[in-house]
Amino acid sequence: MTSVAERAQSRPDGRARSRDSRRRLVVIGNGMAGARAVEEILARGGAEQFSITMFGDEPYGNYNRIMLSHVLSGEESDADIFLNPLSWYEDNGITLHAGVRADRIDRFAKHVFSSDGRVTPYDTLVIATGSRPHLPPMDGLYTPGGSVKPGVFGFRTIDDTRKMAEHARHDHHRHAVVIGGGLLGLEAAAGLRSFGLGVDVVHSGGHLMSAQMGPDGGAVLRRSVEALGIGVLTGSRTTAVLGRDRVTGVSLRDRPDIDCDMVVVAAGIRPNVDLAVLSGLPVERAIVVDDRLRVQDEDHIYAVGECVQHRGEVYGLVAPLWEQAVVLANHVTGADTSAAYLGSRTATKLKVAGVEVASMGLQGPELDTDEHIVFSEPSRGVFKSIVVRDNKMVGATLLGDSRKVAFLTQAYDRGLPLPEERLGLMFDLGTPGEDVGVAELDDDAQVCNCNGVSKKDLAAAVRGGCASVSGAMDATRAGKGCGSCKLLVKQVVEWAADGAVEEDPAATYYVPGIPLDKAALMAEIRKRGLRSVSAVFHALAPGGAEDAKSKMGLASLLKMMLADQYVDERDARFINDRVHANIQRDGTFSVVPQMKGGVTSVQQLRRIADVAEKYNVPLIKLTGGQRIDLLGIPKEDLPQVWADLDMPSGYAYGKSFRTVKTCVGKDFCRYGTGDSTKLGVEIESRFQGIESPAKLKLAVSGCPRNCAESLVKDVGVVAVEGGRWEIYVGGAAGAHIRKGDLLATVDSPEEVKVLTGRFMQYYREHANWLERTYAFVPRVGIEHLRAVIVEDAEGIAAQLDAAMQASVDSYVDPWSERVDPLTPGQFRTSLPLTVLPQVPVR
Amino acid sequence: MSATGAAAASHILGPVDQVPLGEGRAFAVDGEQVAVFRLRDGTVRALAAVCPHRGGPIADGTIDRQQVICPLHQHAFDLTSGCSTTGAEPLQAYRVSVDGEQNLVLETGGV
Repeated sequence: MTSVAERAQSRPDGRARSRDSRRRLVVIGNGMAGARAVEEILARGGAEQFSITMFGDEPYGNYNRIMLSHVLSGEESDADIFLNPLSWYEDNGITLHAGVRADRIDRFAKHVFSSDGRVTPYDTLVIATGSRPHLPPMDGLYTPGGSVKPGVFGFRTIDDTRKMAEHARHDHHRHAVVIGGGLLGLEAAAGLRSFGLGVDVVHSGGHLMSAQMGPDGGAVLRRSVEALGIGVLTGSRTTAVLGRDRVTGVSLRDRPDIDCDMVVVAAGIRPNVDLAVLSGLPVERAIVVDDRLRVQDEDHIYAVGECVQHRGEVYGLVAPLWEQAVVLANHVTGADTSAAYLGSRTATKLKVAGVEVASMGLQGPELDTDEHIVFSEPSRGVFKSIVVRDNKMVGATLLGDSRKVAFLTQAYDRGLPLPEERLGLMFDLGTPGEDVGVAELDDDAQVCNCNGVSKKDLAAAVRGGCASVSGAMDATRAGKGCGSCKLLVKQVVEWAADGAVEEDPAATYYVPGIPLDKAALMAEIRKRGLRSVSAVFHALAPGGAEDAKSKMGLASLLKMMLADQYVDERDARFINDRVHANIQRDGTFSVVPQMKGGVTSVQQLRRIADVAEKYNVPLIKLTGGQRIDLLGIPKEDLPQVWADLDMPSGYAYGKSFRTVKTCVGKDFCRYGTGDSTKLGVEIESRFQGIESPAKLKLAVSGCPRNCAESLVKDVGVVAVEGGRWEIYVGGAAGAHIRKGDLLATVDSPEEVKVLTGRFMQYYREHANWLERTYAFVPRVGIEHLRAVIVEDAEGIAAQLDAAMQASVDSYVDPWSERVDPLTPGQFRTSLPLTVLPQVPVR
Repeated sequence: MSATGAAAASHILGPVDQVPLGEGRAFAVDGEQVAVFRLRDGTVRALAAVCPHRGGPIADGTIDRQQVICPLHQHAFDLTSGCSTTGAEPLQAYRVSVDGEQNLVLETGGV
């Protein structure tokens, strides 16, 4: 082993060595504590002093564990929660052994022994092994072989989260039981609920979140949780997990069994101290450290995070960890040897299962002289409780409304004098608005609780030159945790910049790779006569560099501007636009033929049925846009499928005009006042395949009953009495819900088509890339749109109409591209051996 | 790892024109799935063809001179090293070149 040679170089004083004069810092643990400690060390010039090696049990970079519940619920993808990707370690010269466990420390020889057989010498060691889920004793938790029974999960790591999601997504899995009604348990329950599973929470305490709040708050929280469709069983203990080789249910004490397909155990955490115990370090409930975060009686070993016990306290929240990392880094680097960690007062502010929860100090009064102010409004899920002793706030619980949290946290932390009228602690009474609130906030008040950023830190970043909100966020990492503080961060930055907030320039770029906003970009393209995406990069990108993330946006913009003068480069298109179909999770495609206005015929249906049979289409599905979707078509079959269908593309894949949903109109419907079906078909015929900054979904309804849902479409048309038609724009009913704004009421279908086209063209020319009309319309304002489009206040109506006409004229059905592929191997499979993962066939 | 592993082998994948400029195509080589990309400067790169995140077809991704973006969830990978810039696990990188006859030559094993 190399350890002998390296040991010879390892002098006790850690002075200059022949090859690398730096001392060796080894960090065991690559979670939030370990990585944060290293960041703080690097911020104090640690890279000059130390060569840094890190061990991480998980085979990844460092991620934000707090956000795992958002990953489970699908609000964030797992890529979004990475704090430091693997490249960060490389950029900072850190050797990372990811997926390697440290087994033992020889604290006399100063070596770390790891699971890969490696021996790593150190001069200074930091232990940040964190904690693991506690599995309370119950029968049937393990298989006879000793492993945890399939279907039982802890909820700690990104792998746990992925496995839970995979299990929850399984077809035959319908019900889950979460053991533990604390913070993590409720988040797990809400996350699993989003997969459509039935969920019961079993909690041994008398009420939910019993560690953070009293019974009254717990009762209000229970109501809010039950409103999400989650069952709650309190005062109930799980005695056994049922099922022979997989979970089939749980047994409870004094209650009937519950059938379920998965069990999530969220009954608290236990510090990971095996390594420390095995290595002879002092361990009580956790690894014992002093005020410098040094392990008791060890000169060269520090510990930080959930694995440490400081003055008898073990913390399981993120805020104390940030404070510890700062003190540790000051000592390790010698930047401030007087720094001391004196413990943390824990105030939690979180969003649990969609409910805002803040809690600090006492849950209720303890002395006869304590004042207790309570406000409870269960129907809105709001509960507030404040405990005051000797005119100081000593405890607070807030549920469902966290507007006063910043002030209360500060009052709690600093023991501020309180308003005589105690109600002012709970509600803003009259004058002091949000702005005053920010100005009055104490310098040390914590703005971002996830990353421990104070008002002072943000103000310093602004003074240091970060005068944009995103710049200050990048510099301090404020708002980069759960994101719930972003509004407050923005307010503090605005206050600190004294109104001189700079707009982040990149925020206005049309595409990330070219530093121009849309108007300037279009002007440059026209001025220089650019006709292809590669020409735009060459002329306008910094260093002429191509940028993959900008290609699709540029291709769409050029096609809109140039119509048939556009030089189409296939590589600039997204895969969907290269093969004119929508890629699915297993790499197959979905094919949606055009069905104008949702009207079809015997011949079309017969042909679709024949194609579905011939190609063994695994799933035939009606879409929300009144069409028929053939899912699971392999790429290589696409041209033949189109040939056999012999119908035009329905454009269900592009950033483009998609479809017009219609009701049956007046020919059949006894209420219909206008021929919505005919108008819908005409609109779809005219604007088929028009590309735009984001997709456009339209509808035409024959009467105000609105059966085609016109009020929530990008452009929605409604027939009203007297042969008139209302046109609504900017509606949505997907990820966002918005009722469209009335653009105009007109007298004829012809006028509807003109104004629809003119609105769409104005949107194409002025909207940001991927900005749907529900964002665009309120941004520019409906009055402005009415002035430009209906009243022609800017005199550009004719120009808009002509540009739209050019686009309409240059339309070619992409599915005609089937006899001669435009590029070699255009329809060749990209998963040549196996198709993974296979989407289940229903 | 060694650059002269015994299992190293060269494979001729046929004419480079099968891969259009700025795009990728997938090949099955020696039981492995490999995505070969032809950059707009004419050079070639090769990575494993299946995204480690959710099995997306990497050859269908959008590329520039540095990176490829998986079409399913927009994870990005460096075309030369295979390392992810978005926190996914890395893709295996392969040596690939164009020989005198304008054929793609891919090396497997022992990179």
